[in-house]
Amino acid sequence: MTSRARVTTIVATLVLALVTSVAGCGVTRDADDATNRRLRMMIPNSPGGGYDLTGRAATKAMEDNDLTGRFEVTNVIGASGTVAMQRLLNERGADDVMMLMGLGVVGAVFTNKSRATVDKATPIAGMVAEAEGVLVPADSPYKTLDDLVDAWKKDPGGVTIGGGSSPGGPDHLFPMQLAQEIGVEPRQVNYIAYDGGGPLTTALLGSKIDAGMSGLGEFQGQIDNGSLRVLAVSGAERLEGIDAPTLEEAGVDMEFLNWRGVLAPPGISEATKKEFVDLLTEMHGTKEWKAALRRNGWIDNFQTGPEFEKFLDEQNRRVEQTLKELGLA
Amino acid sequence: MDLLLEGFATALTPENLLYAVIGVLLGTAVGVLPGIGPAMTVALLLPVTYNVSPTSGLILFAGIYYGGMYGGSTTSILLNTPGESSSVVTALEGNKMAKAGRAAQALATAAIGSFVAGTIGTILLVALAPNIADVVVKLGAPSYFAIMVLSLFTVTAVLGSSKLRGLISLALGLAIGLVGTSTGQQRLTFGSPQLADGIDVVVVAVAIFAIGEALWVAAHLRRRPLDIIPVGRPWMSRDDWGRSWKPWLRGTAYGFPFGALPAGGAEVPTFLSYITERRLTKKPEEFGKGAIEGVAGPEAANNASAAGTLVPLLAIGLPTTATAAVILVAMQNYGLQPGPQFMDAEPKLVWGLLASLFVANTLLLVLNLPLAPVWAKLLQIRRPYLYAGILFFASLGAYSVNFQAFDLGLLLCLGLLGLAMRRFGLPVLPLIIGVILGPRLEEQLTTALAISQGDLSTLWSEPVAVVVYVVMALMIVGLVVTGFRRRNKGVTDRIDDNYQEVSM
Repeated sequence: MTSRARVTTIVATLVLALVTSVAGCGVTRDADDATNRRLRMMIPNSPGGGYDLTGRAATKAMEDNDLTGRFEVTNVIGASGTVAMQRLLNERGADDVMMLMGLGVVGAVFTNKSRATVDKATPIAGMVAEAEGVLVPADSPYKTLDDLVDAWKKDPGGVTIGGGSSPGGPDHLFPMQLAQEIGVEPRQVNYIAYDGGGPLTTALLGSKIDAGMSGLGEFQGQIDNGSLRVLAVSGAERLEGIDAPTLEEAGVDMEFLNWRGVLAPPGISEATKKEFVDLLTEMHGTKEWKAALRRNGWIDNFQTGPEFEKFLDEQNRRVEQTLKELGLA
Repeated sequence: MDLLLEGFATALTPENLLYAVIGVLLGTAVGVLPGIGPAMTVALLLPVTYNVSPTSGLILFAGIYYGGMYGGSTTSILLNTPGESSSVVTALEGNKMAKAGRAAQALATAAIGSFVAGTIGTILLVALAPNIADVVVKLGAPSYFAIMVLSLFTVTAVLGSSKLRGLISLALGLAIGLVGTSTGQQRLTFGSPQLADGIDVVVVAVAIFAIGEALWVAAHLRRRPLDIIPVGRPWMSRDDWGRSWKPWLRGTAYGFPFGALPAGGAEVPTFLSYITERRLTKKPEEFGKGAIEGVAGPEAANNASAAGTLVPLLAIGLPTTATAAVILVAMQNYGLQPGPQFMDAEPKLVWGLLASLFVANTLLLVLNLPLAPVWAKLLQIRRPYLYAGILFFASLGAYSVNFQAFDLGLLLCLGLLGLAMRRFGLPVLPLIIGVILGPRLEEQLTTALAISQGDLSTLWSEPVAVVVYVVMALMIVGLVVTGFRRRNKGVTDRIDDNYQEVSM
C-alpha cells in the first residue's frame, strides 16, 4: 500500500517536474524548487496533544514561509508512540518522511518491550522542551520542596505521587529520577498514573494524592487562583508567571526536561538528512515558530547534528537505566 | 438573566450563527462515521483558533460536540453501526425499530430527546456551573469504583432468558476489556503494540452489531427469503410521544451528573438509562423487538452528559472527556483560562457560548427532524446492497482511525464473534457493558488501592461509596424478597426475559 502510494508520489513528482520545466522556460523556478516537495510528518499520538501541537506548529511555519511544499500530517496512534516508531523504522530509506517524537516515546518503546528503539532511527533535530512542575493542593502540609523531600525520605511508599502519563512517560520518569537524586529507592515510589492532566487535576484538587508531577500548561488556571501550589520547577531557569524556585534553588541538584524532537527513518542518504536538517534550521528562524514557542510556553531546545545525536543517545541510555531499575524495561 | 439575553445577542449575530451551523453539520458528519469522533475533529480544527475570534471559535467547537453526540445515533438506528461509543446502546432498540418500519419514529424520538436533554442540560449548566465544581472533586477512586460496581450489578437485569448465556456474554466483554496495557504490564496483546491501548468500544460494537449481522444475513440468504421492511408512518404518533417523554427526562437525569463527574463519561448513563426503561416499561414484550423507550432514554442521556461535561470545564477548568480536553487547549490558545473567575472575567464569551448551546440544540432539531423520514427511506434499498453499504461504511470507519490494515483484521475477527453469538443465541448487551465497564472498574480499583497501599478499607472510606453500597445491599434484599414471594405464589412467567438477539 505504502509502496504503491510512494510510486504514485514519485510519478506525480516526475510529471510535475516535467510540466514545470517545460512551462517554466525563462522563469527562474526550476524542477528542484522546494515548493514542489511533498513531505510527510508522523505524529506519534492523538490530535490536540503535545506532540501534535509541536508537529503542526512546525509544519505550518514551514508551509507558510514556502520553505518546502505541502506537508501531509498523520497521527499514528498507539502504545504511546511505539506503533509510530515501528512504522518509521519500517520506512527504511524513505526520503520524504519525518516523525515528531520525544522523551515519552523513548520511554514507551522500553516499557512496551518493543525492538523499535529510538537509537535505530536517524536523528534530525531537537525542537522544544518543557519543564515539569511539582504540584501540591493548596491545603497540603508541604510548603516547600524540602518539606516534601523530608516526608518522602521518611516514608517512601506513604507519599503518593500522581502524574499524567503512563509508566515510561515524562511524568513518571521525573519523580523516579528525582527520588533517585534525593536518595529514595525508585522502586518504592508510589506512582499513580492518571489519564492526562484533567484527571490528575481532579485528584490534586480533591487532595486524593500528596503531590503531582506534570508539565504546568494544563494547570495554569488552578495555579493562578491559588487552589494548587507549585513547589518547584524542573528546568534550569524559573518559569515566567510561576512563583516557584528551580530544583537547584530548592536544594536538589538536578534538571529534568520533557523534550521533543524530529527523527527520520534509518538508511536515508546524507543529502536527504542535510535537506531535513537545513529545512528545520530555517524553520527555527521563522517568526511563526517563535510565536508558537511563546504561545505554548515551550523552551527553545533547538539542536542538530552531533549535538542532537549525543543528546538523544544520552537520553536513551538514561531512560533505559531508570526503567531497568524499576523492572519495566 | 440579562446576561443570558446578552449571550443570545452574541450567539445570534450572523457570523456566530454561521459558525454554529457549520459546527453542528460537521459534528453530525463525524458523529455518523465510526472512528472519527468530535475530539479528533476539534483537535484537527485547532488551527482555526489563530484566525477566528474566541467566541466564534468556541461556538464552532461546541456545535461540533453537540452535533457529534447527536449524529452517532443516526447510523446506530439505520445501519446498526454506532458512530460514537455513546450511541452504542441506541442501536439495540433503534435498529430493531428501523427493521420494523419505525425508523422515522426512532430518529425523531432521538432528535427530540437530544433536544430536550440538551436544553435541560444547558439550563442546569447555567444554574449549577458556579457551585457544583467544588463537589465533584470530592469524589475519589473509591466512590467511582462503587458506582461502577453498582452499574455492573444492574447488568444482571439484562442477562436475558438464559442466565448462563448472559454471563458468557458478559465474560466475553470483560475479556475484551482486559486487552491492553494496565499499570505498565501488557495483557492479551500478543506482543502487538497495536493492541497496547486496548480495543475501542466503537470497534467492538460495530463489529458485533453490523459485521456480525451482515455475516448472519449472508449465511441465511439462500435458505429463506428476506422480510421486506415495511414502510412506516413518517411521524411519531400520540402513543410514541406518550411513551417517550418520561424516558427523555429520566435519561437527562442520568446523563447530566455523569457528564459533570470527572470519571463519569457518556457511555455508562446510556446503558443505565436503557436498563431503567426496560424495567419500567409497560410493554416489556417489545424490548428486543424495537421499543421506543430504549431509544428515547439513552439518546437523552448522552446529550445531557455532553452538557454536564461543560460544568467542570467552565467552572474549574477541568476537562472530563477527550473533547472537553481539546476545547480547553483551544481556550488556552486564545489565552483564556477557565476557572472560578472565568465567568466574571469573560461574561460576554461565556454567556455567548451558553446561548450558542441553546442555538445549536435548536439547529440540530430543525435540521434533523425533517430528515428523519428521508433517512428512513434508505432502508428500502435492496438488502444485499444495503449490507454491502454497511460493510463498506463500517470498514471505512475502522480504517480511518489509524490507516492500518490491522484494524480491519480486528473488525473482521470481532465480526465473526458477533456471528457466533447470533448462532448460539448470546445476548449482545452484556458484552458491550463488559467492554465499557471492565477497564473502568479496574482502573478505579487499582488507583484506590495504590493510593491506600493495598489497604482494602479505603474502598468504603468515602461517604458516596458507602451510600452506593447501601443502595446496592437494599437492591439485593429487594430482589431476594420479590423472588421469594414470586416462588411462593408459583408465578413462573418472569417479565422481560424474552430478550433474544436472534429475532431476525
